[in-house]
Amino acid sequence: MPIHSRIAALADRVLPPATVLAMLAALWAVFLYAPNERMQGPVQRIFYFHVNAAWSAFIGFAVAAGASALFLWRGRASYDRLAQAAVEVGMLFCTMVLVTGPIWARPIWGTWWTWDPRLTMTMILWTIYAVYLVLRSMGRDDPQIARYAAVLAVVGLLDVPLIMVSVRLWRGMHPSVLASREGPGLADPRMVMALLVAFLTFDLLFLWLLRLRYEGLRLRDELRDLDALSAERSGSAAGASGLSEALRGGGLGVHA
Amino acid sequence: MWSILQKDLRLELRTKEALSGLVVLVVLILLTFTFALDPEGATAAGPAVLWVTLIFAGLLSVQRAFLIERENGSWYGLLLCPVDRGAIFIAKMVGNIIVLAVAQTVLVVLLMLFFGIAPPPALVAFLLANALGLIGFSALATLFAAISVRLRAREMLLPLLVLPLLVPVIICAVEASRILLTGGSATSAGVWLRVLATFDVIITVTGWLIFEQLVLE
Repeated sequence: MPIHSRIAALADRVLPPATVLAMLAALWAVFLYAPNERMQGPVQRIFYFHVNAAWSAFIGFAVAAGASALFLWRGRASYDRLAQAAVEVGMLFCTMVLVTGPIWARPIWGTWWTWDPRLTMTMILWTIYAVYLVLRSMGRDDPQIARYAAVLAVVGLLDVPLIMVSVRLWRGMHPSVLASREGPGLADPRMVMALLVAFLTFDLLFLWLLRLRYEGLRLRDELRDLDALSAERSGSAAGASGLSEALRGGGLGVHA
Repeated sequence: MWSILQKDLRLELRTKEALSGLVVLVVLILLTFTFALDPEGATAAGPAVLWVTLIFAGLLSVQRAFLIERENGSWYGLLLCPVDRGAIFIAKMVGNIIVLAVAQTVLVVLLMLFFGIAPPPALVAFLLANALGLIGFSALATLFAAISVRLRAREMLLPLLVLPLLVPVIICAVEASRILLTGGSATSAGVWLRVLATFDVIITVTGWLIFEQLVLE
């Protein structure tokens, strides 16, 4: 058994229970262990989710960009699957960031949304990777789609610093609603603890979801190859494609 | 590269298909803005109108560079040419820049007439801002047009691909134009022009290097 499939098998065994345990621990730490923040009250607790979701989203996008670059360079299908899985999972967390942010901002800042550089940046990142997924679904039948998507991810990666600079400059030129934006006031060591536990939980969840999506995409590709193979051998085609139809209908959920 | 550019330009000069359509489109978008905007605030909206008009008209026209090759069945001939694939990208991009520059000139003149904007004192810097914005847009749009022409729903897909990544151009070109059109000096717009120039260089070089990946079969 090659080393990477041994790691994969281990991950499949360890990640689900570890994630569930960490989630329970994080819920306890965030809601029961950590004290109320003095100024903001219980609302501040959303930050344990918000900040860590942001981290997971950025890790996801970074993995996607790296895997896309590797795919263009080496052309291995596994890099392409990793990139797509990372974008999907990253989008999930990025959406979470964009939902939890306003929920916190409304009572604290008095507004759902401001065009603060960090908010603007997150919004733009979300749109870039939303387009990535649209591109993938629109070009599903195109054999070149993996390469197009990888080009988008790589150009996007190179563009991100430029977007950051211009968004910062742009906000600097306009009166800002808020003088400064403070992170969660982690004055209490218990808060730091809760943040760390939540951080670990989000990373485990990220890895698990990534693993699931990757496996799903791998099965999809395998199925496609089987289909192609069975179409080639027209004699036995009926049996083989019947098999893949059955697999598909069997609710494997891989034909997303 | 020069011969590809030359043939595209000759084709355009003989038919004037893209250019005539584009100029009329620019005039129409401008008119639409004039009707939609409050006449009082229209002058302040000038820079925004300038770039939004150019970008939307441009998005509709840049795909032509690749579409004509496909329609005429000459795409594979072009790919078989013993030239660097990056050169095809640069040629198509420069072709787009030239066509759009004509439209942009018409646009700027009409904008000043319709919106009552005086010619900027720092004229050279204003022209530079326009040129840099146009180059940035053309580089990005030409690169992604090579993707979108090959997929279904291409008219929809190109704006989706281009607009999020175009954010630096939109912000910097509009801010630089605003500063210069309201009588600012070239130095006060300098920081925006520098970011624009950086964008142009990075995207053009990336497009030149990565274009190969988009035309492999």
